[in-house]
Amino acid sequence: MDFISILSIFVLACFVGYYVVWSVTPALHTPLMAVTNAISSVIVVGALIAAAASGLGAAGGVSKWLGLGAVVLASVNIFGGFAVTARMLAMYKKKEKK
Amino acid sequence: MVLQLLSAGAAGAVEHAATPSWAMFAYLVSGVLFILALRGLSSPATSRAGNRYGMIGMLIAVATTLVTHFPAVVNPDGETPAAIEHGLQTVPDFGSFGMIFAAIAIGGGIGFVIARRIAMTAMPQLVAAFHSLVGMAAVLVGWAAYLNPQAFGIAELTEVAGSEVSGLSADGASAFASAAVVLKIHAQSCIEMGLGIAIGAITFSGSIIAFLKLAGKMSGSPIMLPGRHVINLGTIIAILGLVGYFTMDQSLWVIGLITLLAFIIGFLLIIPIGGADMPVVVSMLNSYSGWAAAAMGFTLHNSAMIITGALVGSSGAILSYIMCKAMNRSFISVIAGGFGAAPEASGGAPKEQRPWKRGSAEDAAFLMKEAESVIIIPGYGMAVSQAQHALREMADVLKKEGVSVKYAIHPVAGRMPGHMNVLLAEANVPYDEVFELEDINSEFGQCDVAFIIGANDVVNPAAKTDKSSPIYGMPVFDVDKAKTVMFVKRSMGGVGYSGVDNDVFYMDQTMMLLADAKKMVEDIVKALAH
Repeated sequence: MDFISILSIFVLACFVGYYVVWSVTPALHTPLMAVTNAISSVIVVGALIAAAASGLGAAGGVSKWLGLGAVVLASVNIFGGFAVTARMLAMYKKKEKK
Repeated sequence: MVLQLLSAGAAGAVEHAATPSWAMFAYLVSGVLFILALRGLSSPATSRAGNRYGMIGMLIAVATTLVTHFPAVVNPDGETPAAIEHGLQTVPDFGSFGMIFAAIAIGGGIGFVIARRIAMTAMPQLVAAFHSLVGMAAVLVGWAAYLNPQAFGIAELTEVAGSEVSGLSADGASAFASAAVVLKIHAQSCIEMGLGIAIGAITFSGSIIAFLKLAGKMSGSPIMLPGRHVINLGTIIAILGLVGYFTMDQSLWVIGLITLLAFIIGFLLIIPIGGADMPVVVSMLNSYSGWAAAAMGFTLHNSAMIITGALVGSSGAILSYIMCKAMNRSFISVIAGGFGAAPEASGGAPKEQRPWKRGSAEDAAFLMKEAESVIIIPGYGMAVSQAQHALREMADVLKKEGVSVKYAIHPVAGRMPGHMNVLLAEANVPYDEVFELEDINSEFGQCDVAFIIGANDVVNPAAKTDKSSPIYGMPVFDVDKAKTVMFVKRSMGGVGYSGVDNDVFYMDQTMMLLADAKKMVEDIVKALAH
């Protein structure tokens, strides 16, 4: 992909983000932060590429280990973020109809 | 330092293959699923499905990456018949694959256990801690890309004369003294990578400070360094300058210095910000973690990362804006810091002793039983004393007596956006009994009892009347219109985070209930039973 198509995706996604986030009910702002936190760990994609690469020399070896470290950190976030969001969302209940 | 010096022959073999189009499509799908995850949060009813979309999106992104970048080594033993026939050959590297799975299992296990065990009141510091991990992961990925740019497809081999290699030389450079082939990272990738590392590092160190402040492991009061604005601005300019310079000189020290300065600036930026401004800070760091992911997405030409980064970035930015507006403070003044400093007997009249009334749990119970409607206003104090369960019990008893009970939540109540809502939800308060500021503020005129528990600044009428007050202009609850105001507070000494005295304490209809919030509410529940 060339730079301009990437930039287009980015700019349009910013607008989508703007409208989607304004529609989030304030009561769910904490779960919003937790889930955005989890999805921003999509950076794990970069970490996986680094960890999977064939190391070229010493620098490549270091790169691989840095990648593995990043995979650990991002995984904490992915699993922790989604799990804690699910836990919070499970608590929001409507008034019980008696 | 040289990234790699290679002879022209070996160069072709390590050429990075373009991402296949099915993979690009898969990343797009996962980006769309992330959008749906946020979209689901528009109502509690759809939110759980949204969260599942998010998980599926992440699964797709991870699986796609693992398939397209399955670990492989070039010619592991050079002796296989295939290798001899085709020259260089790649074979799957299951060792690396196993290590990646181990890394996911370790991280995932830790994350899962933390998510299960964490107390709901500790949510702000947990979110801050999670932000720091995203920041650090961005830094590590940036460094990994710098050290092995070919794996990321962001570098090309350039022939340079031997003399030009100086400063970039690694071991063995001399062997190619005449015409070496040097791996040069694209200038554009340098900028994206440099910015990604810088934003990631700021997110990391800033979140660590926010975490320490929120967890009470560090004083919540602002720490002011002399000349900090000059230092901060200078450091930011230096980082930007270095990122620019990085396109020309890809030495280790440049990227090292960028990382170091960014760590320092993240620390310096958050240190002077006081506890009450933490909702803004947490949202801001949320935003940064998104921009860091987006910058890395630009480097990797990955649409899932770019879409996510943009979503998270704008989400955090909007939350910061909402928080600032709810405090009537400009974003710049929050970042500049210093709010919530020790009260310097600010302006106005010296604090004379004004008369106030103290009530008991029995008085409160009696009045609320007789009331027709009660509006409860929770604040950070409720979170500190974990009074939410007792509070819901109190509301249940009142409802049985035929009293209408509603909860009113100010956007900046607590230490992060939506903090109070989560705590009330934890205590099984139905979310349709919980109202936002603008939806309920007109009801105080008809309400019999405004029950303030652990909040202070958000009910301070000085925000409406006193132009000299630091909180002037902040939207507040009109509790002064209620027939009776009950103010649960630990003592008369402490004032809110803004350090402003509150006229509500001294109104005729106000009854001060001085005790720990949880204990007071439990006593009221007991008194109601009689």
